[in-house]
Amino acid sequence: MNDVTEGPKATRTLNMVQAIGAALMQAMEGDDRVVVLGEDVGKFGGVFRATLGLYERFGESRVIDTPLSEAGIIGTAIGMALYGLRPVAEIQFADFVYPGFDQIVSELAKYRYRSGGHFTCPVLVRMPYGGGIRGGLYHSQSPEAYFAHTAGLVVAIPSNPHDAKGMLLAALKHDDPVILLEPKRIYRASRGEVPDAPYEVPLGKAAVVRPGRDLTIVAYGAMVSVALDAAATLESEHGRSAEVIDVRTLVPLDLETLAASVNRTGRAVVVHEAPRTCGYGAELVASLQETCFWRLEAPLERVTGLDTPFPHTLEHYYLPDTPRVVSAALRALTA
Amino acid sequence: MSSVSPAESSSVDSAGIHPVVAGAAPGLYRVLADGPGETGGVLAGREVPSDETLLRLYRAMALVRAVDERMITLQRQGRISFYGAATGQEAAVIGSGLALEATDWVVPALREGGIALLRGLSLSDYVNQLFGNGSDIEKGRQMPCHYGHRDVRYVTLSSCIANQLFHAVGISLAARLRGDDTIAVGYMGDGATSEGDFHVAMEFAARLRAPVLLFCQNNQWAISTGVRGQTLAATMAQKAHGYGMDGYRVDGNDVLAVHALTSHVVAEIRRTGRPAFVEALTYRVGAHSTSDDPSRYRDESITERWKERDPLRRLRPLLEARGLWDDARDAAFISDVAERLKAEVQRAEADAPPSIDSLFDDVYAAVPPHLVAQREALRGSTAHLKASSH
Ligand SMILES: Cc1ncc(C[n+]2csc(CCOP(=O)(O)OP(=O)(O)O)c2C)c(N)n1
Ligand SMILES: [Mg+2]
Repeated sequence: MNDVTEGPKATRTLNMVQAIGAALMQAMEGDDRVVVLGEDVGKFGGVFRATLGLYERFGESRVIDTPLSEAGIIGTAIGMALYGLRPVAEIQFADFVYPGFDQIVSELAKYRYRSGGHFTCPVLVRMPYGGGIRGGLYHSQSPEAYFAHTAGLVVAIPSNPHDAKGMLLAALKHDDPVILLEPKRIYRASRGEVPDAPYEVPLGKAAVVRPGRDLTIVAYGAMVSVALDAAATLESEHGRSAEVIDVRTLVPLDLETLAASVNRTGRAVVVHEAPRTCGYGAELVASLQETCFWRLEAPLERVTGLDTPFPHTLEHYYLPDTPRVVSAALRALTA
Repeated sequence: MSSVSPAESSSVDSAGIHPVVAGAAPGLYRVLADGPGETGGVLAGREVPSDETLLRLYRAMALVRAVDERMITLQRQGRISFYGAATGQEAAVIGSGLALEATDWVVPALREGGIALLRGLSLSDYVNQLFGNGSDIEKGRQMPCHYGHRDVRYVTLSSCIANQLFHAVGISLAARLRGDDTIAVGYMGDGATSEGDFHVAMEFAARLRAPVLLFCQNNQWAISTGVRGQTLAATMAQKAHGYGMDGYRVDGNDVLAVHALTSHVVAEIRRTGRPAFVEALTYRVGAHSTSDDPSRYRDESITERWKERDPLRRLRPLLEARGLWDDARDAAFISDVAERLKAEVQRAEADAPPSIDSLFDDVYAAVPPHLVAQREALRGSTAHLKASSH
């Protein structure tokens, strides 16, 4: 096959779910403390097939089909991590994490602090999130701000297969709990070269995915490709050069990379699909305002989801798209 | 009210150390015989309802079957985005639904849409919801199968498993507070019994003496997870015992049994004002929804065995023996439903989508200033979408 290269730098073309599956497989092969638990993750391989093949390879004691309870999944993973394992908890859809929310915010996030560092629980919680799959109110939401608002949690969101694998492997080496939100809309649509060998994409590091001069577009998850499309349009139709930054880790935020760009361009648009009010974009804009105020040439713009529940039929009106990002960019460029 | 503390009520156990023995697991209540060559037979000592009721039960089940089949096809053709059928479970759905009064409240899970129809939701409203069009009373906001209508006291479904059970408890308590002879039924699947909300709802129902029926359609699957992946308890019904509530078990593929048992239990709830739990044992003969293939995770030869217990097939010989149904009437019924569905689908599909402005309605009672601003901004920024809207 022409999409496979050989040798130590061998890569293959994978979509995001395949990259996540490959990362889990390698992590479990390399470290017998890694266990996977969640609803339908075993024999079925998960409703999105991210855990496909793990059950056959590692058996039911390390790939655990749990009863239908998110509190049970997270809480049990916490106990396993306290004892020294490296649990990977899958929440079937981020929309259904709330029965386990108490375990995340009251327990997972606070064990280290409340015990003075005596007890820690490095659980990796994976959850598909986001809209664009005609999932309506409860199969579409973007809850990143709830987690980003909770001290003690690392919150990371990959935008492509390469980062998904590298961030997942980094998360399993990390000593803190990590919430990995996976943009399910691009689970299959996002394809790219992924190294066969294990590697890490460090948490806490943003990526400049397209360099530019006139304006900075900041995005994460499925919105990165929207931002890249907008940058292409700005260049081809308006002759303007936009730099696109993929935040990748929301907490801790790589403000240095963001500020370096915005201090240079003086203009920025922040894009996410979560609702606007108290969305993560508010944090980005506030931090950039504090850091870059004297270099700003225009008000910082936000392109976000609506402050409504997530709709079904009209979801394409709810979700930020390329034209909306382009208009915001043009506003910032002409202010 | 006499209250006895646990200490007072405990007599000393002289037998030594052993686990507490719960009441015997309740047996399966059945009316229609279920064995090879026994279809249509009625077990000794069981009553058969009136011809009118028999026909209502059969027609309602046949309607659910026909609607589900049509909608699964539409989903495969990409014309609706999702569908969760009740195929094989029609007896549990219709038998329990018909045991309720119009004034009772239904708080459903995914597979009770047939009860909404039974209670008078129009086929138009049902189909509009599936298409999420401009005539959909939910304004196109929810995935298909998330029906709801106040007129028929069928509470709008959320996708979140087990959350709704509390609402049934609360509704029933409120009805009693208001002096109404109204009960509520909270439906759930077997998977739902693993959520904390199920257990707390059972606790609240029992402790607050709510006139509520908590009804579990144990179709033995939760997506790919078999019922043994949820619980090692021999039955779901015996869980009720632990909460101090009566639990019943019924053959969920026997519509006469479900109807008789639910009618009895509902009458008891009204009489005593106490809650009850019913487990209807059935089988999900189809996929979980239109997005999975069950042959990947289960032995479909077992499914074939359950198909032999098909609720329609089990009832029909009795109707035929009484001269209430025959092939000609069946064909007429099926073609009538098919025609009505065809017309509804055609109309619903041609209907306009909900208006963009409607996105901002019903978030609050009145549209607040920040949403007015977002509505204005969206009107101005989505001209490019009009052409692609469906
Ligand atoms: C809180 C929550 N967790 C997970 C899901 C995803 N999910 C949808 S249906 C389902 C299985 C439900 O099984 P069961 O309760 O037996 O109902 P059935 O589908 O068999 O009618 C799951 C896990 C959900 N909707 N809500
Ligand atoms: Mg089930």
